[in-house]
Amino acid sequence: MKTLTDLKKIREKAQEEMKLRGNNVRIKVVVGMGTSGIAMGAREVMKAFLEEIANRNLTDVLVTQTGEKGLSSMEPIVDVIDEANQKVTYGNMTPDKVKKVVVEHIVNGRIVSDYVVATGN
Amino acid sequence: MSLKRIDLLICCGSGCVSAGALKIKEKFHEVLKEKGISNEINIIETGCMGPCDYGPVMVIYPEGIFYRSVSPDDVPEIVEDHFLKGRPVKRLMMHDPKEQVLSTQKDIPFYQKQVKVALENCGYIDPESVDEYIATGGYEALGTILTTLTPQQTIDVVKASGLRGRGGGGFPTYMKWQMVHDAKAEQKYIICNGDEGDPGAFMDRSLLEGDPHRILEGMMIAAYSIGASKGFFYIRAEYPLAIKRIKLAIEQARGFGLIGENIFDSSFCFDAEVRTGAGAFVCGEEMALIHSIEGSRGNPTPKPPYPAYKGLWDMPTVVNNVETIGNLTTIFLKGADWFASMGTETSKGTKVFALTGDIRNTGLVEVPMGITLREMIFEVGGGITNDKKFKAVQLGGPSGGCLTTQHLDVPVDYETLKEKGAMMGSGGVIVMNDNNCMVNVAKYFLDFSVDESCGKCSPCRIGLKQMYDIMERITSGEGKDGDIEELQRLGEAIKQLSLCGLGQSAPNPVLSTIRYFRDEYEAHIRDKACPTKVCSALMHFDIDKERCIGCSLCARKCPVNCISGSREDKYTIHQIDCVKCGNCLDVCPVKAVNKISGMHQEVLDHLNQPIEEEDH
Amino acid sequence: MYKEICKKFAPTKDNLIYILHEIQDTHPQHYISEEAVDVISDYLGLPANHIYGVLTFYSMYSTSPRGRNIIRLCESPPCYIKGSENILRKLKTLLGVNVGETTKDGLFTLELAACLGVCGNAPVMMINDDVYGDLTEEKIEDIVAKIKGGK
Repeated sequence: MKTLTDLKKIREKAQEEMKLRGNNVRIKVVVGMGTSGIAMGAREVMKAFLEEIANRNLTDVLVTQTGEKGLSSMEPIVDVIDEANQKVTYGNMTPDKVKKVVVEHIVNGRIVSDYVVATGN
Repeated sequence: MSLKRIDLLICCGSGCVSAGALKIKEKFHEVLKEKGISNEINIIETGCMGPCDYGPVMVIYPEGIFYRSVSPDDVPEIVEDHFLKGRPVKRLMMHDPKEQVLSTQKDIPFYQKQVKVALENCGYIDPESVDEYIATGGYEALGTILTTLTPQQTIDVVKASGLRGRGGGGFPTYMKWQMVHDAKAEQKYIICNGDEGDPGAFMDRSLLEGDPHRILEGMMIAAYSIGASKGFFYIRAEYPLAIKRIKLAIEQARGFGLIGENIFDSSFCFDAEVRTGAGAFVCGEEMALIHSIEGSRGNPTPKPPYPAYKGLWDMPTVVNNVETIGNLTTIFLKGADWFASMGTETSKGTKVFALTGDIRNTGLVEVPMGITLREMIFEVGGGITNDKKFKAVQLGGPSGGCLTTQHLDVPVDYETLKEKGAMMGSGGVIVMNDNNCMVNVAKYFLDFSVDESCGKCSPCRIGLKQMYDIMERITSGEGKDGDIEELQRLGEAIKQLSLCGLGQSAPNPVLSTIRYFRDEYEAHIRDKACPTKVCSALMHFDIDKERCIGCSLCARKCPVNCISGSREDKYTIHQIDCVKCGNCLDVCPVKAVNKISGMHQEVLDHLNQPIEEEDH
Repeated sequence: MYKEICKKFAPTKDNLIYILHEIQDTHPQHYISEEAVDVISDYLGLPANHIYGVLTFYSMYSTSPRGRNIIRLCESPPCYIKGSENILRKLKTLLGVNVGETTKDGLFTLELAACLGVCGNAPVMMINDDVYGDLTEEKIEDIVAKIKGGK
C-alpha cells in the first residue's frame, strides 16, 4: 500500500464485509422467520434475497430477519424499509418473486404493488 | 460479497476468556455446523467489550443485541431462537430494575456515560484483522500526516489537544516529543510502555489485545514526529495474548508496506519489535524499562539525564504509555479541538478506568475527564455489591491514595485528585465497602511495593520495609503509641528521598488512610481492636449461648478442635487455640456464632501472664 | 540443546531476556540451570554474574527445578479484596504444598504473583500461559482435576 487512495480502496472493500455492524444502510429487508413463516418457505426467500443482493453488489442493503409477524395466512412476509422508516410489506413471497422486488423496488424505487399486503411506518 | 447475515461478536479479552469465552465460540461452531447455517453467520473474536462482571458477553449484529453471562449450554437456544427464528433470548439480555429488557449497549447504564476514544474499536473489531482496522479508519491518520504535515506540525496538533501521559505521570505528551524532536542524534527511539503492573489496572492489556494496530499506528505517528526510525513495544510477560497480537500486527503491517522503507511513499522509514518483561513492576519506570530492554537488571537510574536526551543505548528516546498512544489516531482524525472540548481545564479528553473491587459492574470504562466519583461508582459502576455501603476508593493503585464519602463529588482530573492526596495513576479504581479494614488494605498495598522495590536506594529498600513492619505490628495487636507519627515521618522521608517513582509514591496508601481513617489506626493501637473485624488478631469469634442449640456442628468442623461443649451446656470456643478460620460461623445452622471486634479476655489474660522463670 | 536455543537469537546483550524465557519455557521443569547460564554466558560474551544478576532480579525466572504446571495466584489488593486468601488456602490443601513448593508428582508448583491484570474477574490465577478468573474453591478443584486427568 503506497498511497491514501490505495488505503481507501482497501477500506471500502473491508467496510462492505463489515456492513452488518455498520450504519450506512439505505434499505433494510426484514424477512419474517417465525415458525409459520419457515414452514411456508421463508428461509428460501431469505436466501434468494441474499443472493440477488450479492450478485448486484448492493452494498447499502441489509437483509435481516425477525420473529412471527402475525400475518400467518400471508407468509412468507418481507418488510422493505427505507431510510425514512417507510415500510412496505410484501406477502406470499416466493424465491421467484424476490428478483422482481429487488430490481423494481430496491434498485429502481418502484414498489411492486401486486405483492404488497400492507404499508406504514 | 458474502452471504453472511449475522455478525456474532464474542468478547475474547483475557477477562472473558478466563470465564470461558473460547468454549462458547467452539460450541457455536459446532451447533451452527449441525444446523447447516455456518455460512450465514460470521463469528468474530473481539477485544474487551468492557463489563467484566457480566462476562462472558457478546453482541449480535445487525440488531446490536447484547447478551450477558453466556455459557456454552445457552448456545443451542441462541441459535434456535435468535438466529433461526429471529427471537432474541430475553433471559440472556440485560434488564432494568423494572424488568424491562435493555437490548443494545446504548440502552445499558454501564455504557451510557462512556465516550470511547482509545477504546473505540475494542469489542467491535477482530483484533487479528488488519482489514477490519482499516475499515474503521485505520492508517488514515498516519497516511495524512506523512503526506501533509511536518514533524513539527504533528507535535503542534498534539499540543493543541492537551493530551497528557496516561500512565500516571500526566506529563504533557507534546513536551517529551518536542525535546526528542529538537535533539540531534543519528538514532532516536520510540518505546511503548506496556509494562502495566499497577494492581487494579488492565486498560493497557485490553488495548494491546483488542486493537493492536491502533497502538502501532500511534507509535508510528510519534516516531515520525520525533525522528525515530525504530520502535519497541515493551510488554510484560504476564500478557501472552497481548504479545502475540502485537507481534501479529507488526507482521501484517509489514505485509501491507506500512512498516519498512518509504511508508506512504514518504521519506519516513520505520521498524518495530516486541520486547518482554519477566515479572518486575519497577520496569514500568522508564529508565528501569530502558535498562531491561538493554539486557540488564531493571534498576532505575537518576534523572536528569532524562531519556529524551540519553535514553535507550544513550540515544534520545520517548517512552509513552499504551493508552496515551491509543488516543493519537482519533486526535488526528477528529481534530485536536474535538479532543480538547472534552474534559476539564487542565485535563483534556477522556480516560480509561478499570473498575474493580466491591462494585457491581467491574470492568473497563472510558469517560470524559471531570466525571465525578459518584457518577463513576454509582452510575457507570452500578453501585456497591450486596447492597453494602461505600467506604473508600483507591485510585492509582499502590502509588495512589484513597478517597472517601466526602469526596464523592470531586471531579476526576489530575490536579484535583492530587490536591486531595490521591492520584489519577494509570486508572485503576478499587472500590471498597464497609467490610474492609483500611489499615489492612494499606498494609497490602505496602506489601506489594516492598516486594517490587528494586532494592537500589535505601529509603525505598529499607524505609518501606520499616513501615511495613510497623503496619504488621499494628494489625497483630502490637501497635504502640507513636506508631502513627513514625509512619508519617518515614513516609514523608521516603517520598522525598527515593530515587524513582515507585519509592516516591509507595507510602501514599498508608499516608492517605491515616489522613482519612485515623480512628481505625487508633482503635488497632490503643484498643487492640479491629473495628471491621478483619485483622484476625484483633477480633474473635464467639458463640451466643442463648441461640446455640448444642448441635456440635461447629466443633466437628473446627480444624484445630478448639470448640468443646455438649447439647446441654452448649458450645464454647477456646480462644487461645482459635485460628480464626471462620468455619464455625459458616456452618452454624442458627447463626449463633458472631464476629466480635477486639481481643477476647482469655487471650488478653494469656498475653499479660508473667513469663515463668526457667531453671538453668 | 541450550546452544540451539541461544542460536535462535542474535548474540547481543539485549536478547538476554528473550533467551532466558525461551530456555525456561522449553524446559519441562521450567527453570534455568547452571549449565544453561554457562552456555548463555559463552554465547553472549557476558560474565555469568551479569546473567545471574538479571536472572535473580526478575520474579518469573527460577534457578531451581519446578513442576510442569506453574500456578501463579495473584496476591495483589483487588484479588485480596475478592477473597484470594481462601483460594490460596484451598490450593495449599488440595495440592499438599506450601507457596514455592512443588507437588511430589512434579505436576504443580504453587507460587504467588503480583497483579496479573485481569482484576475485573478477581480472584485470578495463571497456570503457565492460561488465565483462570472468577475463582471459587469448587472451580479450583475442577481445574486441578482436569489438568491431572490430561497429563
